[in-house]
Amino acid sequence: MDFMTILQILDSTLRLATPLLFACLAGMFSERAGVFDIGLEGKMLAAAFLSGAVAAVTLNVWLGLLAGVAASLMMSGIHGIASITFRGNQLISGVAINFLAAGLTVLIGQHWFALGGRTPALLGGGRFETITLPGVEALSGVPYLGPLYAELISGHTILVYVALLCVPVSWWLLYRTRFGLRLRAVGENPAAVDTAGVSVVTLRFAAVMICGLLCGLAGAYLATGLSAGFVKDMTAGRGFIALAALIFAKWRPWQALGATLLFGLLEALSNRYQNIDLGGVVIPVQVMQALPYVLTVIILAGFVGKAIPPRAGGEPYVKER
Amino acid sequence: MNRMPPWADAVIVPLMSLIIAFLVSGVVILAIGESPVEAMTIMVRGALGSTYGWGHTLYYATNFVFTGLAVAIAFHAGFFNIGGEGQALLGGLGVALVCLFVPWPHWSLALIGAVVAGAAFGAAWAAIPAWLRATRGSHEVITTIMFNFIAASLLVYVLVHVLRPQGSMDPASRRFPPETRLPRLGDMADAFGIPFSKGAPANISLFLAIGACVLVWFIIWRTRLGYQIRALGKKEKAAVYAGISPVRITMYAMLMSGALAGLMAVNSTMGEANRLINGAAEGAGFIGIAVALMGRSHPFGVALAALLFGFLYQGGGELSLETSIPRDLIIVIQALVILFTGALDNLVRWPVQRAFAMLKGNR
Repeated sequence: MDFMTILQILDSTLRLATPLLFACLAGMFSERAGVFDIGLEGKMLAAAFLSGAVAAVTLNVWLGLLAGVAASLMMSGIHGIASITFRGNQLISGVAINFLAAGLTVLIGQHWFALGGRTPALLGGGRFETITLPGVEALSGVPYLGPLYAELISGHTILVYVALLCVPVSWWLLYRTRFGLRLRAVGENPAAVDTAGVSVVTLRFAAVMICGLLCGLAGAYLATGLSAGFVKDMTAGRGFIALAALIFAKWRPWQALGATLLFGLLEALSNRYQNIDLGGVVIPVQVMQALPYVLTVIILAGFVGKAIPPRAGGEPYVKER
Repeated sequence: MNRMPPWADAVIVPLMSLIIAFLVSGVVILAIGESPVEAMTIMVRGALGSTYGWGHTLYYATNFVFTGLAVAIAFHAGFFNIGGEGQALLGGLGVALVCLFVPWPHWSLALIGAVVAGAAFGAAWAAIPAWLRATRGSHEVITTIMFNFIAASLLVYVLVHVLRPQGSMDPASRRFPPETRLPRLGDMADAFGIPFSKGAPANISLFLAIGACVLVWFIIWRTRLGYQIRALGKKEKAAVYAGISPVRITMYAMLMSGALAGLMAVNSTMGEANRLINGAAEGAGFIGIAVALMGRSHPFGVALAALLFGFLYQGGGELSLETSIPRDLIIVIQALVILFTGALDNLVRWPVQRAFAMLKGNR
């Protein structure tokens, strides 16, 4: 494997990790506030569809992005109403949202475009263009560093950089602001937060909406950044990989970056090589595809560093009377 | 305020939730410019208007009874088994191996072998999440989701590298020998001189599913094990105090759940496809969630809900042939049923409770 091949693999790792990172951070906000969310997949799918559809019609990728985020926020609203207002089962609500998105995207897509659930391919202004960072020209003559800068660091769409920026911002929001402290507290001990005079319902809704916003970005990136348009079931389990990454990262932002990059690398490798030959031992592509899930089960089993979820996660809060 | 007769909780609440779900589905059909009444007419005609339609409806319902019971029995123990899909896939592998590599002299013996293998493989796939839940506290929802994906990868690997006949491009096993072909409803009706479509895939597994309903009812409400399962599901601490071992009961409940999901393959892989195909579970594992929620985890309710979803599946298929409404409409209806009978349950329950409280107050 030469240097350029490695660079190309790392480059696609970063691209493929971006939606995972958005979705993983989305899940982090929701679950840290005590609202489990297995509906990440559905929110991403809804966002991918609407962003693809609106971008295709208006030829404006920013309007597409807005529409995608709106779609995801609507799904979040359903999840919030079901699991916070009506104290329903958060897991069942998540399952419902996944199916709702899977069905509605095809149903509406077929009604609007009659392309079997796809949206028309995006051209020109309908897609996010790659950004060439300043200094690519100047560094182009430098061995190793030049191509590294041009391939890996420069030349991505703006959402890739936004995703990376979301990591320190999320860290700061969670660990350095009053809102973050309260958000984490409401996921551990909502009664204490309530006693302090802070509304549990408002905080949890805020967390669920942040989750919707980030899932919206993840979905919009899929349809308008990574590919050119929406296709049926285009999230292809990414919401669940993000969920796995969240557990892998033990609900922490920097570790989420590491976990999503690792899972992005696995996807990049299985896209590039059908079978990987490790000195006589051939690893079939299916092993690479299953690896994120296997790793997550091992982490969950607690054999390698136990993952302990937020204590009040999954339980609706009932105010004392 | 929390006083409500049990029959109201068991009948009124799910029925009203279901009505809301179907009203919203009607709105969705209107929104895509089609007529809900016309859609319903086509679905009823397609699913129930002929023995061919009934044969398909009952075939799908058989699948959903198994996966619905699988989810239901786990619900009784307080667990949410989302892994029905993966367990059904593994069950299919078990059924296929038994059908392909054991020289069965007659279908009745093959059926017994397939039942044992399907249940064992399904249970084995549930065993690891169950064991992790029981001994290490790993949440079964996440582990069973992960096991669904692992099962899908495993099945693709086995089909592509092991079971695929040489020279075939299709990731599927070869056909099962004719001795393993299960009698279909058409064949059985023929014996009694009743005309019934021979092309429809409903087969003898339907009676297996009915038997499974009775068996699950008996286990849950008439045996010591069932009592222990329900006790664990209601309050784990109280169950432990009563001398019930949570590890043992968790394992029993989840293994039975996995076995039931695996049994689905007897109907689909052995009864219909006659070979192991890629993605054989076709989402039935997930429909089991809707079926169990709608049926309030009671085998009788599960059977009714499975029949309803069988109707939706077959009717939805016909609908996509005759109109421009895609098959995916069923997924939307399924989502709305899960949402309203499961997550938004209190939307109906709270007003009903209030109504009953008012009735009592007036007296």
